[in-house]
Amino acid sequence: MTDRRIEDRRELEMLQARLARALETLRPRIIVCEGTGCLAKGAADVRRAFIKELEKRGPGIDLDLALEDPDEVERRREMGVAAVTPSGCQGLCQRGPLVTVEPEGYLYVGVRPDDVPDIVQAVVEGTGPVVRLLSDRDLSQARAADIDFFRPQERRVLAWCGRIRPGDIREYLARGGYSALAKALTEMTPDEVIEEVTAAGLRGRGGAGFPTGKKWRVTRDAEGDKKYVIVNGDEGDPGAFMDRCLLEGDPHRVLEGLIIAAYAVGADEGYAYVRAEYPRAVRLLRRAMAEAERYGLLGEDILGSGFSFRARLKEGAGAFVCGEETALIASIEGRRGMPRPRPPFPAVRGLWGRPTCINNVETLGNVPGLILYGAAAYREVGTDGSPGTKIFALAGQVERTGLIEVPMGSTLRDVIFGAGGGIRGGKEFKAVQIGGPSGGCLTSRHLDLPLDYESLKEAGAMIGSGGLVVLDEDSCMVEVARFFMSFVQSESCGKCVPCREGTRRMLELLTKMTEGTATKADLELLEELAGSVRESALCGLGKSAPNPVLTTLRYFRDEYLAHVTEHRCPAAACLELVSFEIDPEKCIGCGLCAKACPSGAVRQVDRADGTPDGRRRAEGAGDAGPAKKSPAAKGKTRKKRLPYAIDDELCLRCDACRAACPKGAVRRVPRKTVRDRSGAAATTAAGD
Amino acid sequence: MVPAFEGRRFEKLNDIIERNGRTPSSLIPILQEVQEEYRYLPEEVLTYVATALGLPPSAVFGVATFYAQFSTEPKGRFVIKVCDGTACHVRGADTVHFAVRRAAGLEPGRKTTDDLTFTVEQVNCVGACSMAPVVTVNDRRVYGDMTQKEAAALVERLRKEAEEEPVPTEGAGDGVGTAGERAADGAGGAAG
Repeated sequence: MTDRRIEDRRELEMLQARLARALETLRPRIIVCEGTGCLAKGAADVRRAFIKELEKRGPGIDLDLALEDPDEVERRREMGVAAVTPSGCQGLCQRGPLVTVEPEGYLYVGVRPDDVPDIVQAVVEGTGPVVRLLSDRDLSQARAADIDFFRPQERRVLAWCGRIRPGDIREYLARGGYSALAKALTEMTPDEVIEEVTAAGLRGRGGAGFPTGKKWRVTRDAEGDKKYVIVNGDEGDPGAFMDRCLLEGDPHRVLEGLIIAAYAVGADEGYAYVRAEYPRAVRLLRRAMAEAERYGLLGEDILGSGFSFRARLKEGAGAFVCGEETALIASIEGRRGMPRPRPPFPAVRGLWGRPTCINNVETLGNVPGLILYGAAAYREVGTDGSPGTKIFALAGQVERTGLIEVPMGSTLRDVIFGAGGGIRGGKEFKAVQIGGPSGGCLTSRHLDLPLDYESLKEAGAMIGSGGLVVLDEDSCMVEVARFFMSFVQSESCGKCVPCREGTRRMLELLTKMTEGTATKADLELLEELAGSVRESALCGLGKSAPNPVLTTLRYFRDEYLAHVTEHRCPAAACLELVSFEIDPEKCIGCGLCAKACPSGAVRQVDRADGTPDGRRRAEGAGDAGPAKKSPAAKGKTRKKRLPYAIDDELCLRCDACRAACPKGAVRRVPRKTVRDRSGAAATTAAGD
Repeated sequence: MVPAFEGRRFEKLNDIIERNGRTPSSLIPILQEVQEEYRYLPEEVLTYVATALGLPPSAVFGVATFYAQFSTEPKGRFVIKVCDGTACHVRGADTVHFAVRRAAGLEPGRKTTDDLTFTVEQVNCVGACSMAPVVTVNDRRVYGDMTQKEAAALVERLRKEAEEEPVPTEGAGDGVGTAGERAADGAGGAAG
């Protein structure tokens, strides 16, 4: 590949203008989302279909931006060249594969290769959007910006995510990319950069919300001939995928933020630490780094400023604790990722004992815009204490899942019922888990709580990295607490006793509760343990490990009490405390549940006494297997088919029957039988 | 249990070590590449790497057993990971896990089938929460909105694939590239 080194700011601006003009030739532009969600749903096939269809329709297709000849650019600008581009996450992951058509900005959902000719025809003939592929089949909501999902959003960090070819430096440059870096290097001293970031009030987006300007200041002022910057892309919180989407959708923005951070703190070397579980993010960022180097935006004497900076990518190896700064450093140094006591903070003594500034992916994604437009513009959105926007990963039992960016201070209601469209399947909202294993569960009374660092802390939760998992009435809060404790326990590095032993004991207690063998004393012990682990653990992982327990205890104590006093799960979610039952009214006797059952617990009901009986089943269907679907049999036996029932003693509680039932006739009810220690079954009072 | 580790294979190992540099900070990238090559970390390799980097074997074993990515036991041709992140968990990841294990024919307590066709693991969040519950195969193919039925069908498809295109149980990772696999990792070429 040729060296395209940009020597100075003027050259950068000329290149940006040239690329912007070339970009304008690509019109209309069909952008196929290739975020993880859409890819899994077949987005790559959709993109291939678009290319094929456009080629079929004759000249004018250009897939690339490699336009060098200015005359050719002008000629094409006149006519417009239809183009197909892959992009990073477009946000509405639930409805993928997503396709955006520019310049109009129509957003199509659930696009299959068969739909492609219709879209291409509408694009070529300019007949407006294809209504049946719009998210609400509603013409007034043809553009992404008009859809409920996007309306409460303020996409600043995600401005180009989902709209550009990720990792292609020319697209980023065409949109004014690296202008912030040029501004910092040529107009600002490092101190001025830090002052701007401080004035903007940017706070770390990785969870703790530490002021970024302050971190940079400490690193800059720390003594040392060599300093490092690190971008922390070890996004391990279950339920979080913001950093992944940003890295996969607009890696150059993060890289530009990293270079500016390096300039501000005086580092000449840096690392990007990205989870190995995100192979696409790793590949795209690596590619972005190589391209930035080729364009002279990374390496020696960047833009002729005399500032040099080299960056390398390190893949994580699957340890949640490595999101903690000191553990991350240990991992880069090639050791087990175990935290050490702080202070000294990494800003003073970090990687190889040198001052090291570690910032989260999203934090650095905020930096280019902040520098380019200034602190005052940055503060236009958000709250005084938490300025700017925050990206949230919306998942769980919500109608529309996906990636959203809203101003800090938006309410949970805006997010869950506005963008998210409320609870799936018309169920009742129960709680939202925010901030992963370090965060907590909030309830319906918190729906109008502003999402900012202070408000959430007061409620006992934290923004964390920004994962929002919505829970409905079918989730048991004790089970959710057990789930997080099991996560933290297995991810505990084992260095300090409170975390290593404390989380294990807490997990045992919570497991007892979900299995119906705990007592009230266990509940008291759990609370005591949670308090001591929070006070005494070495690092953030351990200190925050009790949070899910403490918040669920605070807001859902009744559920804990039901588990320890009555051995009952009010949500009928704890498998040891439920039985499966088939509603004979809803059951159509199709037998799919019996076919799905691995233990032979589901049998057709005997007409005489209503109990499961395998022998009678054979008579009914004329075949030992589930009823056949041949038309004749269907017509003949439809009315006569007997419902099925479940033998509680044989039931493994695998949920297979419930999943298999086409009529929703299988339901969970409080457990009918308990097994005593000898394994025999006995009926409890709670049976009916 | 561990397949004989032939001497010639150390050549590749030397390449990997040279490429990453003989410094302690290269340990994790070296182990990552080695695992990609052999699909697990044989004991002989760990001691060899320790010697090459001038590290005590205990340090290398420590790292190899600390990180979830590394395995000191051979894995199956298809490593099926059932995500158990929060979103997947509340949407029924446990029952999907149960179905995958059942379809793969795993005995309780086992993760890998005797014929080294399947390894089934329950893993932390893979970061595809919006299509929970999620299952991945060999980290490349991603399947969302899984049900027990689809999970079982997926295992059967993989089994068929293994029967039709048998590959050596040892060797360079996964040589087969199905449409899905290329799709999930294919944008690299396309982005060129």
